[in-house]
Amino acid sequence: MLALARGIGLRLIQAFGLLIAVIVLNFILIQIAPGDAALVLAGEQGSGTPEQLARIRADYGLDRPLLIQLLSYIGNVLQLDLGQSFYFMRPVLDLIQEKLFATVLLAGTALTFALTVGVVLGVFTARRPESLASSGVTIMSVVAYALPVFWTAIMFLIVFVAKLDLLPIGGIEDPRYEGGFFGELLDTVEHLILPAFTLGLIYLAYYSRLARASMLEVLESDYIRTARAKGVGERSVVYRHALRNALIPVVTILGLQLGGLFSGALLVETVFNWPGLGRLAFESVLRRDYPLLLGLLITTTVIVIVANLLTDLVYRVIDPRIRIGGKR
Amino acid sequence: MTDTGIALEAVEASGRGAAAMFFRNKAAVFGLALFTGIVVMSIFGPGWYGVDADDMVARPFAPPGDEFGPRLGVDYLGRDVLAGVIVGGRTTLVVGAAAAGMSMTIGLVIGGLAGYYGRWVDAILMRLTELFQVQPPLLFALVLLALFGPSSKTVALAVGLVSWPAAARLTRAEFLKIRELEFVKAARTVGASDLRIMLRTILPNAMPPLIVATALTVGLAILFEAGISFLGLSNNRVVSWGSMIGKNQFYLLDAWWTVTFPGIAIFLTVLSVILIGDGLQDAFNPKLRGR
Repeated sequence: MLALARGIGLRLIQAFGLLIAVIVLNFILIQIAPGDAALVLAGEQGSGTPEQLARIRADYGLDRPLLIQLLSYIGNVLQLDLGQSFYFMRPVLDLIQEKLFATVLLAGTALTFALTVGVVLGVFTARRPESLASSGVTIMSVVAYALPVFWTAIMFLIVFVAKLDLLPIGGIEDPRYEGGFFGELLDTVEHLILPAFTLGLIYLAYYSRLARASMLEVLESDYIRTARAKGVGERSVVYRHALRNALIPVVTILGLQLGGLFSGALLVETVFNWPGLGRLAFESVLRRDYPLLLGLLITTTVIVIVANLLTDLVYRVIDPRIRIGGKR
Repeated sequence: MTDTGIALEAVEASGRGAAAMFFRNKAAVFGLALFTGIVVMSIFGPGWYGVDADDMVARPFAPPGDEFGPRLGVDYLGRDVLAGVIVGGRTTLVVGAAAAGMSMTIGLVIGGLAGYYGRWVDAILMRLTELFQVQPPLLFALVLLALFGPSSKTVALAVGLVSWPAAARLTRAEFLKIRELEFVKAARTVGASDLRIMLRTILPNAMPPLIVATALTVGLAILFEAGISFLGLSNNRVVSWGSMIGKNQFYLLDAWWTVTFPGIAIFLTVLSVILIGDGLQDAFNPKLRGR
């Protein structure tokens, strides 16, 4: 138990150090950003006389030494102050909070779909390695990896919206729609289906292949042979003995993939006009809204760090070999 | 014969066996043929086809098979889609290859040093790797592009800069494993320098997984480049598959062909690279087949 606590403590310290490093990297990027921040701010205030520029520099602390600026920047970010958006002239954090839910909804749905269907497919095909379904999983995983996600999104739009007219073309809801709570919920679900399926498809392919490989490996191990030898039924061997261990690699990889998941969400949100963080990031690039863009980078990075920390903790708790302090 | 020589010979022998394995794998040979075809098309295709992808050749939105239009139809400005598909691979392939080269180089240097020296060098370099790994790669690349301006060069740099951590981790793991083997200890005993041990003794033995990783990195880099061009954040004056889809996406309800064919080109290119990578993986490591 002590080893577990020490392991967790060490990971927490590491995660915090990583967070500080991310903030410093962001600060460096702001410094490299072309253009004088004071000039940009002056432009928004309508004029730029030298006196005014000097006042702006003093107001925003831009006349202080770089190191002091860095420290105050770290302090601000740790207090959740990500600055003001150049474009919206509003706090970056507020803007991010407004769009966070849509992205979590999209990415969460995609990931849940990919995980459940992927694990089921993986277990199913691991029990029949020579079957047609198993070859199907192999082919699907290669194809899904090679598909550019923004193009898949467009192809689905052409088939399911333009040709078949089954689903809405984009957005998160139909503003004209008035049908009470359940009606609006149904409306959002209708809007969610295509983006979530598009995004989930890549990970579905990935998880089904990973779950199959991991299951195949576990099924060959000695303790499974022992379980079979003492007469445990096949279903129980697969679902009670093997599945638990086979899921460990799937869980570990989850936290690491959130960064990639967000990258995919950025493209999918852009195609489907999904009002989330990804589309906000894309629009911020076009508007050269550096504070908002860097705020988004910090926020999503923190989410990835926290997710990594959580999967690591879950992993430590579910895997007794690590819980008692053994080597991985 | 030194131990290093024996090790190199063993690698060469397994290389010959691997090549034979590779060419017996139908999917891998198909991938190689497809990739070669795409490269040849990108180099010689535009000259042979002779239509400029920027020229207006027919009435806008003429569909494929239109009696006045070219084979794959034309887009909203009357440009030949087939000409775009033929020439659009140039940017994608060059930028993808440059980005993958950069990514593998950074990964090799950082992972190699971390794995070879261990201890504090490893600790520092791995924290650095983690710093780059936790940033969502596409968003990080977009930030870099916003800061340094969009051009083919910055796209290659940005993609290279965000995609190296996987290569670094892999290289580190291989170096960690190999540096403990007998022939490395022997090389150290006869007084070989660290650099020589890393480059001549360890690296050749770490090559198989790194070659496979390179194939996957090329595929990933091509997808990144396509995504960035699709968003319109690459060099806008150059025709590329991604930018063709990006510019035509607003007309997808009326003109499916303008977005469909460039996407098929991206898909086939990445597919060919992955099939080659998978084939190499199976050839180097036959036990893992079918996993």
